Amino acid sequence: MHSTSDNILSAVRIEKGFPGTKALDKVDFQLRRGEVHALLGENGAGKSTLIKCLTGAYRRDSGSILLDGVEVDPRDTFDAQRLGIGTVYQEVNLLPNLTVAENLFLGRQPRRFGMIDTRAMNRMARELLAEYELDLDVTGDLASYSVAIQQVVAIARAVDLSGKVLILDEPTASLDAHEVAMLFRIVRRLKARGLGIIFITHFLEQVYEISDRITVLRNGQLVGTRETADLDRRDLITMMIGRELADEIHTHHASAGEGRLRYRFRNYGRRGHIEPFDLDVRAGEVVGIAGLLGSGRTETAEVLFGAHRADSGTAEIDGRAVDLPSPRAAIRRKFGFCPEDRKTAGIVGDLSVRENIVLALQARRGWTRPISRTEQNRLADHYIRALDIRTADREKPIKLLSGGNQQKAILARWLATEPEFLILDEPTRGIDVGAHAEIVKLIESLRERGLSLIVISSEIEELVAYSTRVVVLRDRAHVAELDGERITAHNIVEAIAAANEGGRRDGDR
Amino acid sequence: MKQKYLPLTATILIFVLSYALCVMQFPNMLSTRVIGNLLTDNAFLGIAAVGMTFVILSGGIDLSVGAVIAFTGVFLAVVLEQGGLHPLVAFALALAITTAFGALMGAIIHYLEMPAFIVTLAGMFLARGMAFVLSIDSVPIKHPFYATLKGFYYKLPGGGRITLIGGLMLLVFAVGIMIAHRTRFGTNVYALGGGAATAQLMGVPVARTTIGIYALSGLLAGLSGIVFSLYTSAGYSLAAVGVELDAITAVVIGGTLLTGGSGFVAGTLVGILIQGLIQTYITFDGTLSSWWTKILIGLLLFAFILLQKGIIRLSRVERQHA
Repeated sequence: MHSTSDNILSAVRIEKGFPGTKALDKVDFQLRRGEVHALLGENGAGKSTLIKCLTGAYRRDSGSILLDGVEVDPRDTFDAQRLGIGTVYQEVNLLPNLTVAENLFLGRQPRRFGMIDTRAMNRMARELLAEYELDLDVTGDLASYSVAIQQVVAIARAVDLSGKVLILDEPTASLDAHEVAMLFRIVRRLKARGLGIIFITHFLEQVYEISDRITVLRNGQLVGTRETADLDRRDLITMMIGRELADEIHTHHASAGEGRLRYRFRNYGRRGHIEPFDLDVRAGEVVGIAGLLGSGRTETAEVLFGAHRADSGTAEIDGRAVDLPSPRAAIRRKFGFCPEDRKTAGIVGDLSVRENIVLALQARRGWTRPISRTEQNRLADHYIRALDIRTADREKPIKLLSGGNQQKAILARWLATEPEFLILDEPTRGIDVGAHAEIVKLIESLRERGLSLIVISSEIEELVAYSTRVVVLRDRAHVAELDGERITAHNIVEAIAAANEGGRRDGDR
Repeated sequence: MKQKYLPLTATILIFVLSYALCVMQFPNMLSTRVIGNLLTDNAFLGIAAVGMTFVILSGGIDLSVGAVIAFTGVFLAVVLEQGGLHPLVAFALALAITTAFGALMGAIIHYLEMPAFIVTLAGMFLARGMAFVLSIDSVPIKHPFYATLKGFYYKLPGGGRITLIGGLMLLVFAVGIMIAHRTRFGTNVYALGGGAATAQLMGVPVARTTIGIYALSGLLAGLSGIVFSLYTSAGYSLAAVGVELDAITAVVIGGTLLTGGSGFVAGTLVGILIQGLIQTYITFDGTLSSWWTKILIGLLLFAFILLQKGIIRLSRVERQHA
């Protein structure tokens, strides 16, 4: 190894496998003293697996970890903490019902004659927090403070306990711009003290603001480590999404302007979820939604469907104002929504294919008007045939089907309600290539039948293939819209990467 | 005022107000005799409730308390009448048994990841059953040492007496308060109630703390059993049925959250006193059926649960607007 002296932490050829997958494949990672090192990658890239191997939460299969040049083998997170590696998670892992001082010194309270010396503990807590520019009542319950303050208390505790390496796992996800600025001041101060800081986030703005170097993982493999100053946004996104961005031909047939304008959302949004956006959807149109993880894609879908009620703006269907306070209301307006995580939010695993297919239709009709068994069988058989769902028979529990066939069954569920507005969140994630092509074909045919579709996908080529329009999201705001010939993979990546137009999270708020 | 003191303040206020109302109707109730009796009559319940406070603060529950009190009483009676042991030795034996019993339940709850409700329910049947095995009759205790112990009291001005057992209860509360607020064990109990998974991540020795909590509850249930046998001078396996529920009631009226993590040992004392006060009032009145105690306590309990819900909702709203 070269120059171990300024590396405070080195991970060498870390491997970790889970049944069926290789979560980390010989990943190298170096953290210098006094640097902020951003660790980036899309969902399932291996970021959290790497962190868990470093902190002992997982046992790695092979590879070595050097801390200050000495090989270490943390057995669990306490062990890692004793060695000097502290972690702060997005969900503050402190106890809301204890005071700030108790949280800071839990398990190591100063004692006199066997009793806790509360006064000394509170004084130490105030002194410790003064280093973080916090002057607050340390005898108050932690729950009475904002998440940002709790986050700083968690950092103070972690640094006080470990003191060499600080891992921040999405610490800014629920903070506003002002709070992020405060957090970054603290991070810079710790950096000046010589700590090595690993920063995980999906806000690229913040990566450029705070980090010195960037390491990108993809599918459990190291893509590379770069100096932040030398890596432009476009190259970074290419590293993360990982495609050779050939400008392929845009293959769709209909242009955006053909169908009748049906759905009109104005200034629609929800605080803390998605910035207000305008969206028009025509009949026979597929609006693709592109953006990195955490850019607000799913949040957009949930607000449109009423799963999270919009707190600003208006919705119109065919020129009439409508209210969409809940999924039930949306379903009554002939909306459908296939969520991203079909295992937890989509299928009901123990019910049969037939029952899963009729679920949404029955929900819309209400329990007083049951669908007859004959009708259920007819519907199930129809969609099993129409969508080519591969199942031995319609009574098979759906959990026994493959991912692609489950996805088709959920599509069938919504098609059975004869929706006019269908939202698909990552319809092709985790399914095999054959099923993938069929679902893309299905989206095409639904569009031809005059449905309005919103499709969210991280597969940019896929969006290019079927979208008549693409909306690009960044940092929980709609930042660009592409249509017609402008829908190319190249343009989408450019739009995701574009630094300074609109929607800056920490700019104008 | 900090929000966590709100339920405790409400409890103290209710106690003071209702005591004032009682005194307005029966001026005799304002005497050291009544206060002395209030302490003596509720001593065994108060001691058990201190243990219950720790259990509930940690997010658990201990249903075995009443049965353990009965078992201790029968055990003492049988040992003293047949064995010829000195009562102090018998006390030590009883406390050792009940502490070990509590520790065992704590260990099962922690290591087998069983709900406290089920484990202590089993413990309740087991302890009650063991009491029956020892004796099915009410066994009187005639040992002279008992008379000696009952002779100890501190005379208050005005004729009231702080008896040995009443004083013991106050001492147990004092020690309980120190343990809850001034020891690492106490903070760990609150930590468990705040969230066991987080507490574990923060380095709280969850196994040791859980076992300690139920061992403490067992120890205090045993002590409560000793006090009960001193109070009644007998051991009976059907005694103290439902005392665990009275103890839980005192804890909740005392302002401790049933979900754990928030509350005060001192509040439980006030909870005990409120229950005792209602009973005393009914005795003074003489015409009311004793069931009115249960009805009033039921209403009070319900009001406190509503108050707790209200506070939780209020703090959530406040945080959203913060």
